[in-house]
Amino acid sequence: MIKGTDLFVKALKEEGVDILFGYPGGQAIDLFDSLYDQDDIEVILPRHEQALIHAADGYARSTGKVGVCLVTSGPGATNLVTGIATANYDSVPLVCFTGQVPLGLMGNDAFQEVDIVGITRSICKYAVTVRKREDLGRIIKEAFYIARTGRPGPVVIDLPKDIQQAMGSAEYPKEVAIRSYKPNESVHIGQIKKAAGILKKAKKPLFLVGGGVNISGANEQMTKLAEQTGVPVITTIMGKGAVPSSHSLYMGNIGIHGSYAANHAVSECDVLFSIGTRFNDRITGKISEFAPHATIIHIDIDSASISKNIVVDVPIVADAKLAIEALLEHTTKLSVEPWVKQVTQWKEQYPINMERYEGLTPEKVIRYINEHFENPIVTTDVGQNQLWTTQYLEIESNRQLLTSGGLGTMGYGFPAAVGAKLGNPERDVIAISGDGGMQMNIQELATAVALELPLTLVVFNNGYLGNVRQWQEMFFNKRYSSTCLTYRKSCERDCMNKDKCCPKYTPDFVKLAESYDAYGIRVMKEEDIEKAFAYAKEHKNAPTLIEFIIEREANVSPMVPGGKPLYDMIMDC
Amino acid sequence: MNMKKRWISLYVENQIGVLAKISGLFSGKSYNLDSLTVGETEDTSVSRMTIGLTCDDITFEQIKKQLNRSIEVIKVMDFTDIPIHKKEILFIKINSCSDKDREEIFRIVNAFELKVTDYSKKSVLVECVQTEMKNNDMIALFNRIFPNRIEVVRGGSVAVEAISSAER
Repeated sequence: MIKGTDLFVKALKEEGVDILFGYPGGQAIDLFDSLYDQDDIEVILPRHEQALIHAADGYARSTGKVGVCLVTSGPGATNLVTGIATANYDSVPLVCFTGQVPLGLMGNDAFQEVDIVGITRSICKYAVTVRKREDLGRIIKEAFYIARTGRPGPVVIDLPKDIQQAMGSAEYPKEVAIRSYKPNESVHIGQIKKAAGILKKAKKPLFLVGGGVNISGANEQMTKLAEQTGVPVITTIMGKGAVPSSHSLYMGNIGIHGSYAANHAVSECDVLFSIGTRFNDRITGKISEFAPHATIIHIDIDSASISKNIVVDVPIVADAKLAIEALLEHTTKLSVEPWVKQVTQWKEQYPINMERYEGLTPEKVIRYINEHFENPIVTTDVGQNQLWTTQYLEIESNRQLLTSGGLGTMGYGFPAAVGAKLGNPERDVIAISGDGGMQMNIQELATAVALELPLTLVVFNNGYLGNVRQWQEMFFNKRYSSTCLTYRKSCERDCMNKDKCCPKYTPDFVKLAESYDAYGIRVMKEEDIEKAFAYAKEHKNAPTLIEFIIEREANVSPMVPGGKPLYDMIMDC
Repeated sequence: MNMKKRWISLYVENQIGVLAKISGLFSGKSYNLDSLTVGETEDTSVSRMTIGLTCDDITFEQIKKQLNRSIEVIKVMDFTDIPIHKKEILFIKINSCSDKDREEIFRIVNAFELKVTDYSKKSVLVECVQTEMKNNDMIALFNRIFPNRIEVVRGGSVAVEAISSAER
């Protein structure tokens, strides 16, 4: 007979958990006490629960393992909500333990009581309250299984304090048997053959690859499939890295900020072979004109993702890796050279760049990273920084680019980098964010300093919430409503004067970094990019924040305006 | 669009929160739910739901998939076009009745094979166990004859696969 909290620790060890992201509190104190006596699981203390779960998410995405969170009840639990939804959208395996008031107090509006299972029901894969001590082991076992199998996702386990304290069996089950959950572990060969047959007859075939290929780790197979068939590949943001971005058959990202070649290829292809994508509205543009000439084949592990947004002709419910391996056996080289030549020509003719801006640009910073870092992990925040990174970053494989693609969560990038570095201590980890998103979880400088993590934090500072500002510039007659971050109450209402002298920016990121005992450096000129990264590389014991002061009104180009078809692009925003 | 009435029979884990999960799926994804009944089965760890909804083909396919991927759902059965038995309980209470009204009510009850479950001098309680459509007709009928005097409580349909016609 052991305490519930001791079974909790035993369960984590049996699941191979080596890092736990935790923030203590009244209803989690017993769990933390049981974690105190052991060294197998390192307990990381971020400075805010939202950052905590993003860190667990970054750890999970970068390692492929399940990320584990432990927080207290009430506000500890509700602070996880954004991170749970973030992980759910991007299919990240997490198990989140939340403390809860004792069973007898539940429903009484006790101090720090919330119905976290009810709150998270629609944004996680599974949520459950443990109501009997004898169920504890089984529920934890099932949670890890559910989180990492099928389409991965976050699971919430709510642990009432009396369950934590209760004595009970020390047994942690070895096997899982959930009658209502049987993830698909095979692939329908008939459908694969049918898809291969359609592909074989195509004159303008195209692979559209999403995050599912990266999650299933099918990168080598995907590259091989592209080479074996000679069919060009485009990706979603989440699918980037599925084939090396330098590959001659890779034609860029599709979507509202996708490349000319990718968007036009999808609009002209006759067979669209899509793998592991949800056909989110950010990649389809106007639905009725999406891939109008194509027979659409769709492989996805989640049957609900098939024919949800785009009605497909050949559905295949399967893990991407299994399906691609099967396809490798049923496909051969296609004679589609004119088509490949055409798409390659678009790619060469219309590259994405920021040459229209002088001096220091995000493109130059990201290209510097491409040239000077070996296999780094790069996290992004959300907004222009994310779009520029996904446009210019060159990556070789999966688990290298971590970004909140589905939910689009500002404040994700920096804490995710903390988690990624903890999971990959030997690799360079770079967090790219804007001045807006950086401040959403700035307190993690304390975590990174405490853990002596040599992260490189790239902040593109334009003094605006730049992505929204770009939309306001393009579609709202430059009415910069609530997007200026240099604003003071004493500013003129419509400060459209080009020569305006804006108030001093707050915070001073360099001083702020230094106040946390991190390193900070500001870059105003293109020629100082190298110096700044060299400065960051010198410091092995703490993060370095590099603030790049960029053109205030630099835009992300190209762009497909809302409601327009993908081929209707504004090339120079 | 092909909007039409559909029926789903759902086997789910008999656990706290499962009803909220299923109903939340409908509200959260803006699916139109007409009726939902739930009760324990012969196996007390399993509940069975009968769900009536009106939607187009594409949405219906998506609803079935979304239900299927819910961890707590054991099995989704489409009852729309297969032989089933389906009944709904309906109570109609008619108030402020005169003697003549009561006679009329008893005549209706006889004609439609309904049942009077309770009555007093001024009120009659009629029980109808019919299909949802027939119950709609009964409500309309009573409402027409006794406007603003009826009180309606209905239970939602329960359905089960037919035996004899399914075996043919």
